[in-house]
Amino acid sequence: MKSFLIELPMWMPHLPGQHYDVRLTAPDGYRAQRSYSIASSPLDEGRIELTIDLLDEGEVSPYFHEVVVEGDQVEVRGPFTSYFVWRGESPVLLLGGGSGVVPLMAMLRHRRRTMPELEMKLIYSVRTADDVIYAEELGDDAVLTFTREPPEGWGGHTGRIDSSLVHAPASNSAVAFACGTNGFVETASRLLLEAGYAPGSIRTERFGPSG
Amino acid sequence: MSAFVSRGFQRRHRPPDELAERLPPGQYLEPGFPVLTAGPTPRIDTDVWGFRIDGMVGEEREWTWAEFHGLPFETVPCDIHCVTKWSKLGTSFGGVSVDTLLEGVDPHGDFAMQYSYGGYTTNLPLADLTGGRAWVVTEHEGEPLPREHGGPARMLVPHLYFWKSAKWVAGLRIMDHDEPGFWELNGYHNYGDPWKEQRYWTD
Repeated sequence: MKSFLIELPMWMPHLPGQHYDVRLTAPDGYRAQRSYSIASSPLDEGRIELTIDLLDEGEVSPYFHEVVVEGDQVEVRGPFTSYFVWRGESPVLLLGGGSGVVPLMAMLRHRRRTMPELEMKLIYSVRTADDVIYAEELGDDAVLTFTREPPEGWGGHTGRIDSSLVHAPASNSAVAFACGTNGFVETASRLLLEAGYAPGSIRTERFGPSG
Repeated sequence: MSAFVSRGFQRRHRPPDELAERLPPGQYLEPGFPVLTAGPTPRIDTDVWGFRIDGMVGEEREWTWAEFHGLPFETVPCDIHCVTKWSKLGTSFGGVSVDTLLEGVDPHGDFAMQYSYGGYTTNLPLADLTGGRAWVVTEHEGEPLPREHGGPARMLVPHLYFWKSAKWVAGLRIMDHDEPGFWELNGYHNYGDPWKEQRYWTD
């Protein structure tokens, strides 16, 4: 995973959860496009942070990981779509699997800077300690679970997310956001439904292949 | 923007020419079949499933699962294009043509809203559902349509981006006016022609 700060000549505030499209153009005119979630708060005026997972078979993510250096220009368009977005509802439960944490991080960061007292909790599923993104920023509002190998001395949750992590909604206004692979989101949605979340209060984003 | 070149970027994958020309602009070849759904996956048993055509019609129609399977069944070879940039080429679905379903319905409007179990909606001109261009399908590549891909039944409108093919489809509402559906309200293009790259509102 690598995060990139992109300065925008024409910046627009986004809603936490929205994405940008990135378009690369080769000298022969060939173009490749992918969508990437914004990781930063809209309070960061004039720039966005995109966190991009390296997919070896991909075309856009290897370019970001292996070619891009500070100062390069890239073409971006956005912000896009208004379904998987946090508009200040509370309480909020965020469930992220792997790189699915990226749009949730925009929500967590924005809440910390705007309404730190608002109830928002992140449940974040990763394989190993090396896979944790934004590790230094995860505080009391985040619960980690390690599915493959927990760090030495880890006393917290291990294995896939389960009902011990997903509690009944604290009020009728509660909403939940789940983002990750299709398998992760299916599990997260089932746990949320079983815990008492209404289907309409669960917003999901399934990360397809996005090389 | 058109003169811009990304420093050091080169194409990594080159599909064979006969496939490349079937790939709309900005799309890449995806061998799998990714799942993209807004919200939890609904579970609809075939004994409660039904498909309706209602709204501004001379005659409303409704089929149960068993009645639906008494209708002429077609295998539809097609390419599908998702707005999230992947295309799946050379796949196939099996189901009933919307032309067949509309027989005797007498639609009084030029627009339609597909509506689904779970609340999803997507709009399109009625003309895009007729003329052998749209089906209600219950099979994918000869197998029952998996639940995560809209099973037991979904719409198939392969000439538009795939969000215009509603999963868990419950019916078609014929309307005398156009009206945005779920993704059309949330930022995606009202029509969604992949060959014109109509992805977002401003495209």
